[in-house]
Amino acid sequence: MTTVALKPATMAQALTRALRDAMAADPTVHVMGEDVGTLGGVFRVTDGLAKEFGEDRCTDTPLAEAGILGTAVGMAMYGLRPVVEMQFDAFAYPAFEQLISHVSRMRNRTRGAMPLPITIRVPYGGGIGGVEHHSDSSEAYYMATPGLHVVTPATVADSYGLLRAAIASDDPVVFLEPKRLYWSKDTWNPDEPSPVEPIGRAVVRRPGSSATLITYGPSLPVCLEAAEAARSEGWDLEVVDLRSLVPFDDETVCASVRRTGRALVVHESGGYGGPGGEIAARVTERCFHHLEAPVLRVAGFDIPYPPPMLERHHLPGVDRILDAVGRLQWEAEN
Amino acid sequence: MTVMEQRGAYRPTPPPAWQPRTDPAPLLPDAAPYRVLGTEAAAHADPELLRRLYAELVRGRRYNAQATALTKQGRLAVYPSTTGQEACEVAAALVLQEQDWLFPSYRDTLAAVARGLDPVQALTLLRGDWHTGYDPREHRIAPLCTPLATQLPHAVGLAHAARLKGDDVVALAMVGDGGTSEGDFHEALNFAAVWQAPVVFLVQNNGFAISVPLAKQTAAPSLAHKAVGYGMPGRLVDGNDAVAVHEVLADAVRHAREGGGPTLVEAITYRIEAHTNADDATRYRVDTEVEAWRAHDPIALLEHELTERGLIDEDGIKAARDAADTMAAELRAHMNQDPVLDPMDLFADVYADPTPQLREQEAQLRAELAAEQEGGH
Repeated sequence: MTTVALKPATMAQALTRALRDAMAADPTVHVMGEDVGTLGGVFRVTDGLAKEFGEDRCTDTPLAEAGILGTAVGMAMYGLRPVVEMQFDAFAYPAFEQLISHVSRMRNRTRGAMPLPITIRVPYGGGIGGVEHHSDSSEAYYMATPGLHVVTPATVADSYGLLRAAIASDDPVVFLEPKRLYWSKDTWNPDEPSPVEPIGRAVVRRPGSSATLITYGPSLPVCLEAAEAARSEGWDLEVVDLRSLVPFDDETVCASVRRTGRALVVHESGGYGGPGGEIAARVTERCFHHLEAPVLRVAGFDIPYPPPMLERHHLPGVDRILDAVGRLQWEAEN
Repeated sequence: MTVMEQRGAYRPTPPPAWQPRTDPAPLLPDAAPYRVLGTEAAAHADPELLRRLYAELVRGRRYNAQATALTKQGRLAVYPSTTGQEACEVAAALVLQEQDWLFPSYRDTLAAVARGLDPVQALTLLRGDWHTGYDPREHRIAPLCTPLATQLPHAVGLAHAARLKGDDVVALAMVGDGGTSEGDFHEALNFAAVWQAPVVFLVQNNGFAISVPLAKQTAAPSLAHKAVGYGMPGRLVDGNDAVAVHEVLADAVRHAREGGGPTLVEAITYRIEAHTNADDATRYRVDTEVEAWRAHDPIALLEHELTERGLIDEDGIKAARDAADTMAAELRAHMNQDPVLDPMDLFADVYADPTPQLREQEAQLRAELAAEQEGGH
């Protein structure tokens, strides 16, 4: 029996590996976007792919997001499996018409005759000191569009498994990459990559009994840190990583909330009209008689994403989370 | 060191060599729309092609009339007519080979029918029983596209993918004059030219985007001139001259097939009817303009040529009209039957596998239908 040495790897490296393995396994997988070829992408996620697979398989496109996604639709119509990179969250907006009017509904409008297996990778979220238009949390827009899957990894292993699953999916997947976790490291063996995760399953990252923190993507490490800090207050917090916003794993989330009786949703996106409102409603509808307190949201403020020197005041941090945990009506128990 | 400091050493240097990426002259469209019918060139046109085009134009005109009638009878929710534009619709379909793809806009159901699609399937969207009434891959006709110009990048991507696979496929994408103002028009033409994709863009300039005339749409010398900015040839053609449109499109398709890249064709035509049955054209245009275009009717032009050359007689004309009437009668008979609808289809093809959330909603609708049925008894 050989022991495999687990080496530290970054999320960006795991994503690159997922793209490479998908391209090697399936000749119909084509990567396309701005700067993804020679440069390897501004975050280097497509590093080496053009060299290994040729520029026809990893293509530097003209600088036009609607054109990138629109031509990807045509390529998928012809049987290819495009993986599109949108360079930044806020640069993906020009592609919205293609996404909403065509990508999301082509299967439906053709009665299943023409599904579009397109993966749209979007680096998203803040916390990297980016200037205006580089730090948006755009997930609520995608969640509101029927026909899309919306997936976001929070760990190195998941980023590999979920991206492979997204590319393998016959439905369009908006794959949101938390850009501030690109350089987060974890022990991960690239020679035995984690199995392809099915899309739509949440996972309990930290078991606990006092309350459930429901979160995803860039807010997962913050929640785990908050859960550690909460121990000194006597709270044992459970942390659920959603991984997929569409489909939503009601089962895992509600099982946790029924156990703990209290829930908080944590995300960077603004609270009003954000994912937390939908999640709080779902939890309340399903777990009302198990709840000791209203489901609270810990979110970014309802403001345009702030300039980098002020962003720390906007992003939900450990203190804001603990403060909200404190408001979960503990007095009633005493 | 500043220039002042290195006085004597510095010599003004010209910029690194520059030259245009491509010679613009051969890309420019002709000074006037290309014509065949009514010119000396008509004498050389292939009689078989003329007869074929004529039969299709007559059928197309009848199809337009029948579809418009169906809106009045409440059998179609809406119909955007191509009366007067049949030459463009028909030629676009006839220049394509079996393996090629057509990318129609919402107005181009006639092109789909001329390509061989059952008119009932072509009109499904406009009847409203589903969005697309046919399998696009089976017919190599993309879904009729309502958001303007958004189907153009699809045509580019499909043609590009086919070329990468080494397949002999050309995509022909249709758009109107209004659609050329959309960003997707620009991006599609740019991608097509950069990738040298085998695509032909056919702009039917019918004078109006609903009510807005071309003068409010563009300041370009012509829409065909826009091609030059992308590095592809632009062609101008009389859109009511079926022989000329067929020739220009066939040239462009051949050029694309041979690896020459995309072409932009602007066909000058006129929308004889209002935008749709729901529109009132008298609010934005005068009858004399319409009459001037009626005098340049695509069917009359071609019929004149056929008659002059003795290529068709009264029997031939009657045969074409009878065939068109038969098609119209079949269409009418089909459309007068209520379509069979299953509300549960709403959930069938949103995803490959319904999400748990959709399964719940599916169950809800099923229960509502059951209650409805129970209430009905």
